[in-house]
Amino acid sequence: MSEHEYVPKSKAAKWFNDRLPLLTLGAHLTDYPTPKNLNYWWTFGGILTFCLITQIVTGIVLAMHYVAHADLAFGSVEHIMRNVNYGWLIRYIHSNGASMFFLAVYIHIFRSLFYGSYKSPREIIWILGLLIYLLMMAAAFLGYVLPWGQMSFWGATVITNLFSAIPLVGESITTWLWGAYSVDNPTLNRFFSLHYLFPFLILGLVVLHIWALHIPGNNNPVGIDIKKPSKDTVPFHPYITIKDAFALLMFMIIFAGFVFFSPNILGHSDNYIPANPLVTPAHIVPEWYLLPFYAILRSVPDKLGGVILMFSAIFILFVLPWLDTSKVRSAVFRPIYRQFFWILVIDVLMLGYVGAMPAEGIYLVLARVGTIYYFLHFIVVLPVVGLLEKTDPIPMSISEPVITGGAEPSLARKLNEKV
Amino acid sequence: MKKFNIIIYKIIITLLLTTGSLNSAEMTDPIKVDWSFKGITGTFDRASLQRGFQVYKEVCSSCHSMQYLSYRNLGEPGGPEFTEAEVKAIAASFEVTDGPDNQGEMFTRPGRPSDMFVSPHPNKEAAAAANGGAYPPDMSVLVKARKGGANYIYSVLVGYEDPPPGVTLDDGVYYNKYMIGNKIKMPNNLMDGLVEYADGTESTVDQMAKDVTTFLAWAAEPELEERHKTGVKVIIYLVLLTILVYLSMKKIWSRIDSEV
Repeated sequence: MSEHEYVPKSKAAKWFNDRLPLLTLGAHLTDYPTPKNLNYWWTFGGILTFCLITQIVTGIVLAMHYVAHADLAFGSVEHIMRNVNYGWLIRYIHSNGASMFFLAVYIHIFRSLFYGSYKSPREIIWILGLLIYLLMMAAAFLGYVLPWGQMSFWGATVITNLFSAIPLVGESITTWLWGAYSVDNPTLNRFFSLHYLFPFLILGLVVLHIWALHIPGNNNPVGIDIKKPSKDTVPFHPYITIKDAFALLMFMIIFAGFVFFSPNILGHSDNYIPANPLVTPAHIVPEWYLLPFYAILRSVPDKLGGVILMFSAIFILFVLPWLDTSKVRSAVFRPIYRQFFWILVIDVLMLGYVGAMPAEGIYLVLARVGTIYYFLHFIVVLPVVGLLEKTDPIPMSISEPVITGGAEPSLARKLNEKV
Repeated sequence: MKKFNIIIYKIIITLLLTTGSLNSAEMTDPIKVDWSFKGITGTFDRASLQRGFQVYKEVCSSCHSMQYLSYRNLGEPGGPEFTEAEVKAIAASFEVTDGPDNQGEMFTRPGRPSDMFVSPHPNKEAAAAANGGAYPPDMSVLVKARKGGANYIYSVLVGYEDPPPGVTLDDGVYYNKYMIGNKIKMPNNLMDGLVEYADGTESTVDQMAKDVTTFLAWAAEPELEERHKTGVKVIIYLVLLTILVYLSMKKIWSRIDSEV
C-alpha cells in the first residue's frame, strides 16, 4: 500500500529504486497489512503458489527427457522412470502434484464461497481466479494426454469430440484441433506445446490475481471492511509468512505420503497400457478433479445439451458476484446461506462420485438431481436467500466486538475466538 | 473419414448414455496376498525375485516381451541383485541383433548387461500371429497396468478352472475365474515341478505364481525400495520441520494479542 513511503537506506539502492521500484514492491509485500483473524482456510493461496512453482520446475525437467511422439512418448516416460536419476521422483511429484493442486484450489474456491470473498470490491480477483482455474483444467487435461497411455488417448478422444457437438462447424473444429482425422501424432505434439505454455499463462494471471488482491486487501472470516493498517491487521511478514509456512508443511506431508507410498492411487491403471486406437477401454473416466463436470456432461441425454450444460456449470461462476444479493459477506453471519453452502458442497462431492460411476440406473438419477440442484443454487437460492435472509448482527471491527443492531456483544468475541 | 467420426460419435454416445454392461462382466475379486513389498516399509524378497526371474525366463519369455528392462537392472540395488558375473552370464545367454556393421549388415552377438531384454517376437503383429491373434502384453509395467496389481496377476496365474456347465469355449480360449469376462487366451502354463529352482525351493504352481508376480512387481516399480526408504526419511524431516515452524509461529504470534 502506498500509504507510507518506502525510502531505501543506501544511495545505490535509492538510485536503483528510482528507476525500477522493486525495493518498494518488496517493502510493500513485507508490510502488506493483513487481517489478523485469517484462519487456516486462508493459507491455501500460498499453498497454491507452491503447487504452481512445483509443477513448473518438475515439468521443465520432465520435458528435458520426454519425447512428444506417438511411437516414443510411452517409452520415454518409462525411460524417465527407470534411467533418469530420480526421474521416478520427479514424475511422481508432477503427476500427484496436479491432484494436490486441484485439492488446494477446490478448498480455496469453497473458502471464497463461504466467506463471500467474491463480493464487491473483489469481483475482479474472483474472475481472475476462475480464469486460472479454467487454464488449470486445460493444462491438467493436456498433461494427462502426454504419457500416451490408453486413458490419455481415449480421454483426449472424448474431450476433443465434445467440440464436434457444435452445430455446422463442429466437425471441422474437431479436425482442426486434432491436426489429423483422429487423435494422432500431430495432436500429441500440439498438446505438449500447449501444456508447456499454459502454466506460464497461469503464472501471469496469478500475478494479476495477487495484484488485484492487494488493492482492497484480504477479506477475512468476519467479512467486514477493516482499516489498514490498524489494530485489526498484522504485517504480512513475519506473521502471515510463518503461518503459511506451517500450513504448507502440513500440506507437504500429505503430498509426500502420496508421492512415496501410493503414487498411482489417484491415477488409472489403464494409463500404463500404451495407447491403442483399436481398443477402447471398458470404462473411460477423467481424473478425479474433473469428475463433477463429467457427471453434469453425462446427465443430459443430448450431446450438445450436455456440453452446453457442462460449460455453463463453470461460466455461471463468473457472474456469481452479481447473483448473490446479500450485503453480508461472511456465511458466519448468514444462518440460511450457511446451510445452503454445505448442501452445495455435498452436491458437488456427490456429482464427483457419480461421475466415476457408469451413467446408468440410480447413478444417472443422482447425476440429474445433482446437476439441477447445482444450477438452482446459483440461479435461485443465492438471489432469493440474499434478499429474504435475516442475517446475524455484524461486529464493527475484528478487535472491538461492538455489535450493531443490539444483539449480544459476546457474539463477536465468540466469533473472533472461533476463527 | 466421415465414417470414422461417426464411429467416434457412436462410441461417445455409448459412453455418455450407457448402461455399462461392462460392470456386469463376471469376475471374482482377486486373492489378497500378503506381499513383502506392501506397506510403507515394504521391500522385495530377494530370493523370490531371483526365482521369479527364472520362471519368467523359462516360461513367460517365450511369448511375453519386457522391452523396458535391461539385463543390468537385474544386478541393481532394490532388484533381484544378481552378482555382476551372473548378470553378464544371463545377458550373454541371449542372442542380440546389432548393427549395421561397416558392411551395412545386421549381425547377432551375445547380449551385454546394457542390452534391453530381448523380445520373443520381432513386432506386435508377429507376437499376435504366433498366439492365435491375441498379443501377449509386454510385461514391463503389467502390474501397474492392471486394477488389483500384483494380487490380480497372481490370481489369474492360479485361477484356471474347468468352465462351469453351460459355458462353451472356442479353441484357444481358456476359463479363468479371475479374468474379466472369465475368458483368457493364455493357456495355463504353470504346473507343479515345471522349473527346477536353483535354491532348492519346491516349484509348486502357487510358489511359481508368487515368485513371478514378485518379479513383475519389481519390474513395474524398480524404484519401490528406494522410494519407500526415501519416503520415510522425507516424512520424518517434514514432521520435525513442521514442529519447529509451529513453535516459531507460536512465538512470533505471542507478540500480539491474537490467536494464531
